[in-house]
Amino acid sequence: MDSNRSGRRRFLKHAAALAGLAAGAAPPASGQSAGSEAQPKDVHIHGEPSRFATTPGSGRGVRLRLDHMTYYTPLQDSAGIITPASLHFMQTHSSRLPDIDPQQHRLTIHGMVDRPLSFTLEELKRLPSVSRIYFVECHGNGSSVLHGTDDPKMGLPVQYIHGMTSCSEWTGVPLSMLLNEAGVQKGAGWLVSEGADEGKFTHTLPLAKAMDDVIVAYAQNGEPIRPEQGYPLRLLVPGFEGPSSVKWLRHIKVVDQPYMTWNESMNHSIPRPDLGGKSRWYHFEMAPKSVITRPSGGLKIPGRGFYEITGLAWSGGGAIRKVEVSTDGGRSWKEANLQTPVLPKAHTRFTFDWAWDGEEAVLQSRCTDDQGEVQPSLAELYRNWGITDVASQKTSRAIHINAIQPWRVDRDGSVHDAMFS
Amino acid sequence: MVGPEGKELPPGRGTAKEGAEIFAKRCALCHGRNGEGGSAQRLVLGSPGIPHRSPFKDTEKSATSYYPYPTIAWDYINRAMPANKPGSLTPDEVYAVVAFLFYRNGIIQESDVLDAKSLPKIEMPNRNGFVPAVPVWPPDPKKPSWF
Repeated sequence: MDSNRSGRRRFLKHAAALAGLAAGAAPPASGQSAGSEAQPKDVHIHGEPSRFATTPGSGRGVRLRLDHMTYYTPLQDSAGIITPASLHFMQTHSSRLPDIDPQQHRLTIHGMVDRPLSFTLEELKRLPSVSRIYFVECHGNGSSVLHGTDDPKMGLPVQYIHGMTSCSEWTGVPLSMLLNEAGVQKGAGWLVSEGADEGKFTHTLPLAKAMDDVIVAYAQNGEPIRPEQGYPLRLLVPGFEGPSSVKWLRHIKVVDQPYMTWNESMNHSIPRPDLGGKSRWYHFEMAPKSVITRPSGGLKIPGRGFYEITGLAWSGGGAIRKVEVSTDGGRSWKEANLQTPVLPKAHTRFTFDWAWDGEEAVLQSRCTDDQGEVQPSLAELYRNWGITDVASQKTSRAIHINAIQPWRVDRDGSVHDAMFS
Repeated sequence: MVGPEGKELPPGRGTAKEGAEIFAKRCALCHGRNGEGGSAQRLVLGSPGIPHRSPFKDTEKSATSYYPYPTIAWDYINRAMPANKPGSLTPDEVYAVVAFLFYRNGIIQESDVLDAKSLPKIEMPNRNGFVPAVPVWPPDPKKPSWF
């Protein structure tokens, strides 16, 4: 282990020595790209879905605001555990994405370190890499205000309520390796990371987490990270709320205390009645959650008989140990089948054999993670937070909602969101 | 990126009066003439001399007086504002705009001069409005995860 580690350190030193040379070594093949622009686009180069493959009535949900862009993952059409990179959710705090030439982009690691470092994409790609499957979930996913949304552009309920979670294979360099190379100084305990987007998104990360399993990622599902996901580089902080995984990553500053930058102080804290009106902030880890993706709101069961219930479960605390499904409004629960692989801090696909008898039914799923934590009902969660009256439950903008989602099947086979009805 | 102690603040200075002019030219179009909000967020709650104190409703969180540290407004405005030309304000202009917003929120006097020394010393009205007071990781094992 030790000799391996010192070998890795030598490798990094060698790479750093070559870095200056590498940066200017390869001019872009500009002549070639100018010529190819005139050619009609060959759709087979990167591939496109069949024109017959979209589910009728679904499609991808989008919500555009002056200071926000949200693209939801169409969970109703999902299969397995991997979200295609093109369908990964995007929630961004500006109305434009940065268009970054990696030759002009640097990731710097500075602050309380012995040796400040600066890397280009190509320099990072020379270093020892890891590939791991993790979910990313926006901490606003499942927020109560989303249930009443009546905007056809936002698609079906399962995606506009729960579709700000996605799961990919991420490839990059362990952040711990870069920090070890930089030499974190005594007294440091936190990192502040900044993106190169117009809003200069920043977020604070505990050093202990950074040294654990965080990746500086440059690839997603086998291809370079797309601009929507932070091209050329993003942080990937497994199990933590989405904003920790800073996109278009350009600075990592090692510091001695949480910086409580604007986004985290203002946007990512929520006043709570159980705290006497004070705000909960830095709620890092996403709690265990599951949702039935099919059948779900807006879909229709074509007739009585066999219908496989399927959905996703995930937990920031570890792996999913169990998913239970109820088809009778929570009176009885039966264990669902977990499709392999069942990975920590990743989506897990569950299935449940069901025969619809043509009568009204309420479908729910409830997961337990390997820490023994059980997904709560909305009533339980809100009772904990001191939110008691139903009116404020419906309009609550609370984040970190991992409540059980009920779907009601009517006798005509239509499926509806039954969280508040 | 500027931390709570303001160690990274550059030289420069500004007052609310200077800030009012800059705010009118660079910020008011989206945030309203006196920071009351428009196409972009409301920045002012309370009034000169009378700061708003906890609790803040969810829709009131965008007010500068919600932030726990005085440096947060400086850091964010400096890096990310105005939205149509982020990073284009000089340090003097950022000090002045922050002074204007803090004055309108009732946090400082109109005549107060903000600079690298005075800014971090301002006591914010919602300084103790956040839980846990000091963020921790890993979390306290005695606290349930919904906390």
